[in-house]
Amino acid sequence: MGMTQHAEPAVTTPPASGPGKVTDGRTSERPLALRLLARPEVGVFLGAVAVWVFFLIAAPPVREGSSMANILYQSSTIGIMALPVALLMIGGEFDLSSGVAVITSALTASMFAFQLTLNVWAGIFVALLVSLAIGFLNGWLVVKTGLPSFLITLGTFLILQGVNLAVTKLVTGNVATDDISNMDGFDQAKKVFASSFEVGGVQIKITIIYWLVFAALATWVLLRTKYGNWIFAVGGNKDSARAVGVPVNFTKISLFMLVGFAAWFVGMHNLFSFNTVQSGEGVGQELIYISAAVIGGCLLTGGAGSAIGPVFGAFMFGMVQQGIVYAGWNPDWFKAFLGVMLLGAVMINLWVSRTATRR
Amino acid sequence: MTTEETGPHGAIIPDTPDTAAGGEDGAIVELRGAGKSYGNIRALHGVDLTVRPGQVTCVLGDNGAGKSTLIKIISGLHQHTEGEFLVDGTPVRFSTPREALDKGIATVYQDLAVVPLMPVWRNFFLGSEMTKGPWPVRRLDIERMKQTADHELREMGIVLDDLEQPIGTLSGGQRQCVAIARAVYFGARVLILDEPTAALGVKQSGVVLKYVAAARDRGLGVIFITHNPHHAYMVGDHFSVLRLGTMELSAAREQITLEELTNHMAGGAELAALKHELSQVRGVDTEALPEEGDLTAATAGEGKS
Repeated sequence: MGMTQHAEPAVTTPPASGPGKVTDGRTSERPLALRLLARPEVGVFLGAVAVWVFFLIAAPPVREGSSMANILYQSSTIGIMALPVALLMIGGEFDLSSGVAVITSALTASMFAFQLTLNVWAGIFVALLVSLAIGFLNGWLVVKTGLPSFLITLGTFLILQGVNLAVTKLVTGNVATDDISNMDGFDQAKKVFASSFEVGGVQIKITIIYWLVFAALATWVLLRTKYGNWIFAVGGNKDSARAVGVPVNFTKISLFMLVGFAAWFVGMHNLFSFNTVQSGEGVGQELIYISAAVIGGCLLTGGAGSAIGPVFGAFMFGMVQQGIVYAGWNPDWFKAFLGVMLLGAVMINLWVSRTATRR
Repeated sequence: MTTEETGPHGAIIPDTPDTAAGGEDGAIVELRGAGKSYGNIRALHGVDLTVRPGQVTCVLGDNGAGKSTLIKIISGLHQHTEGEFLVDGTPVRFSTPREALDKGIATVYQDLAVVPLMPVWRNFFLGSEMTKGPWPVRRLDIERMKQTADHELREMGIVLDDLEQPIGTLSGGQRQCVAIARAVYFGARVLILDEPTAALGVKQSGVVLKYVAAARDRGLGVIFITHNPHHAYMVGDHFSVLRLGTMELSAAREQITLEELTNHMAGGAELAALKHELSQVRGVDTEALPEEGDLTAATAGEGKS
């Protein structure tokens, strides 16, 4: 047992082909199964499969194609936000304002277009600017003050929550915005953000496609680009990264703005699928995004994680949320179930990584 | 808090131009009377330092002597508040480490400036990644980076089985060597090593000292920060001792012996005073301790070679 074994890296790439290399002979290959198990993405994948099988048995309606499309749709609305939240977490920061930021974006687009009777695209554009500005503000405050992002974004969370309600009441005299479905450009925007198409008699929402495309893009960026390298570096060791010339502030601020972008995207989806926005919504969603990222194997303290893990994490959540309904149980159980899953996943991940990477 | 000028036991020996350095104008980095204050605390004052290619300049000093402040100025993390800082004879003032790197000044920090969870090859190229392809699909050239990292490490005599392993799993000496190899590869002309042997065992320290010498032989100017005079004397060409933020000693290798250096490092004349005090205490044998004359020998300017 005198052999040295090493932990799995935070990032993987295809193995380099080095024929006839001299090795120092002190490391031995661990069995493939163990190496795979040590990867958090594999753990959460197995977890997602387990939850899926559980509901296949417990709730017969889940077996239908349309239910699956519905579950995937539910997962995609969580998943699109969980992706940038995961990247931000790998970059070592948190964003508690992401849930209400979605609503802020939708409210901005809706009220701006409606009150000024403009084309909805003008509202969409203004909402994008507002969302990016919120992200920028979060990031800028975090890098300039050096305070924990937990505190900074808790502040913006409370501000946005209050502003959402107060401004909506001030402008519309109501807690919801006016229906914008008759306005110019609505149908076009609905096509982009909230349409669906049919595959084999099953209605597939377009957000599922966006979700998977964004996930693929995020994975590529994370593992194959300079920027991805910087994300791991600023989360893993900010000071070291700065010392070797990584633009730490740019990386962190842009990650916060990426969360802003996703909040805008999901906000637009909500607006164009429901025509109106409830100003009090979104509270608590940020914790679901963060949980999906953590279940997906992103290290809470930054520096490790993937974009694929949170996809499975979001799928688990969507599965449970819809599965409970299909099983005919009280939907109030959803949050309790989530908590159990979160604790379970975190502990299994910990146990697996301890056993599989034991040195 | 800070001492005025140099202490009674401190003296600056004029630096004789080294034959290998190519005269006075061969200096890459030069500090003239440089200093740094943090608010009302003067961390560094009146420091002269010259770094020439192919030479190892050792900076010694106890904890809090101002060594870290000195490197931070040269590496661009902090700006000096007094005196001059010249690179290639031109006064400079760096605002980021990037600017220092662009001038060829690379620093290997005490904490190594590595990201422990990232693979060795990603750490090797962090901040200066190789890319390929046009902009929208510009991506890391992983193959080339891995091959280059492997080649460079083997050049330095470091053989790693797997460049995918997180750098945090390497031993302290190996990590140190990777960091040095990285700095050498990225065209450093001046290499600043911040206590590279501080946390290492005897054998690992030896390995690191070997790479310091290797870097010097490749024509790099090396600033070797340490509080171990034995390590410094093995590879150093010039020695500067910092004490409470000022320069206590600056001597070329020919002008000083290891014993004198050790004594200076240990506090020089202060130790002699301590010895006197200790001799009052019953049971402490002071016979074997060095005399005050020995301790201040170097400051008298009687260079030995």
